Amino acid sequence: MSAIATITDIKTQNIEGKVPMDKRSALEIESQDATDTYETIGTPRVDNAKMSARHVNVFYGEKQAILDVSLDIGRNEVLAMIGPSGCGKSTFLRTLNRMNDIIPICKVRGDITLEGEDIYKSDQDTVMLRARVGMVFQKPNPFPKSIYENVAYGPRIHGLAHSKAEMDEIVEQSLRRASLFDEVKDQLDKPGTGLSGGQQQRLCIARAIAVSPEVILMDEPCSALDPIATARIEELIDDLKEKYTIAIVTHSMQQAARVSQRTAYFHLGKLIEVGETKEIFTFPKHQLTENYITGRFG
Amino acid sequence: MLKKEDYQQHISAKFNSELESLRNHMLSMGGKVEQQLVTALDAVMKMDSGEAELIVRRDSEVNQMEMAIDDECATIIARRQPTASDLRLVIAIIKVNRDLERIGDEAAKVAKQAVRMSEDGRSPSNFIEIKHIGAMVGVMLRQALDAFARLDVDQAVEVVKGDDKVDKEYGSAMRSLITFMVEDPRNIGVILNEMWALRSLERIGDHACNIAEHVIYLVRGLDVRHGGLNELSDKGETL
Repeated sequence: MSAIATITDIKTQNIEGKVPMDKRSALEIESQDATDTYETIGTPRVDNAKMSARHVNVFYGEKQAILDVSLDIGRNEVLAMIGPSGCGKSTFLRTLNRMNDIIPICKVRGDITLEGEDIYKSDQDTVMLRARVGMVFQKPNPFPKSIYENVAYGPRIHGLAHSKAEMDEIVEQSLRRASLFDEVKDQLDKPGTGLSGGQQQRLCIARAIAVSPEVILMDEPCSALDPIATARIEELIDDLKEKYTIAIVTHSMQQAARVSQRTAYFHLGKLIEVGETKEIFTFPKHQLTENYITGRFG
Repeated sequence: MLKKEDYQQHISAKFNSELESLRNHMLSMGGKVEQQLVTALDAVMKMDSGEAELIVRRDSEVNQMEMAIDDECATIIARRQPTASDLRLVIAIIKVNRDLERIGDEAAKVAKQAVRMSEDGRSPSNFIEIKHIGAMVGVMLRQALDAFARLDVDQAVEVVKGDDKVDKEYGSAMRSLITFMVEDPRNIGVILNEMWALRSLERIGDHACNIAEHVIYLVRGLDVRHGGLNELSDKGETL
């Protein structure tokens, strides 16, 4: 059987996984190559979606960074997004809590919903959105404040605590969920920037958790950390999925393989393939996915 | 579909050569084991105890190859953390390696029977069953190794299907040898030698079948052991 026949068969079997390009004409796309259509292989849609992206296109000025990506993030799952630099995975991640809004030349087209609600609707409060969809960045970026204040900051601006005792409770629990409390409980008034890299990153995770988000986005959260700190964060991700939905962008394929239930592979702005992590790492269906994860010339 | 050349497409040229040399070592072990089987059958036919003893001695070379290949696999897993087709290749080779080593053991057992036969004398069956089933499993082994070398799923499927024929032939060989024993109990000794050798050949067929199943896993990512291939064809699916 030829390679083409194999892929065609897979596509016809996965009718649910098909993402037709029917919305494209409705979009104001100037720089789009009309012949450049594609279908995502695998299962971009899931039954219990927490967030859903449909036909998302992202432009930086004239340049299109994301091409017609449709992808669900399932409730309480860890979704890993992998792909070479510039493939659009971080851009896509940032569309999920409208972090791209702060880039003036960035335009987002398509639909993104959280629990079925459009997060790009005109009266969406982005501060509220980012409390529901928290983010952890590549480099730990604690505020130049005490450990306590780093965690208390979010709950305070959102008015989540009504007394000092309540705030203490939120801070302690957030630090505990981020597996940091025992290491810092005697120095909560010390600056957060004085912690080690791995501890700072866990502090940032505690800060994100403190406002009780529903979704946590992680943009290469371990790339600046050593293997021990990385292992701690990965362990934490596994615990956090009991309570939260997590989307993680990573350059480490082993990390994607270790922490996620589903993996999405991006290539030049397209979502090429998405499926069960075990399937992606043992028998990917698309040649581009295979080439990337096995370290072949693409 | 997976192609041989795919194993030469890594950005790391060293990884390419590590996988290539692993594949080559496995295939040369396959060649060695095949030779052991052919020689063992020849020793039976000629009742040549000298040749047979040589095979028993050479089995330790096969054992050494098994250990070396396992070590290579462990090194690649530790250093490269292979994924997808690379991972399947390493896993398939670990398993094929084991089957090849077992085939080597069975070939040595046939050779040991050849030594006994040279002492006990020719069987009234004239070893016709050994010749027949030996040729069948020899072809299966050759085809399974070819399927591995060429990543040829169709051929692997043929080998898996062929194992049923060997099992049937083995059953009828047993019945015919029992007849010889019933006819003249003085034959029991020589016939038992022959039965043991046949048992080993039948096992070699099973191992060749396993190798073919590992090829299907390697190329298509499907585990068709334990009747999986029949289940697929019952569902109307083809490989």
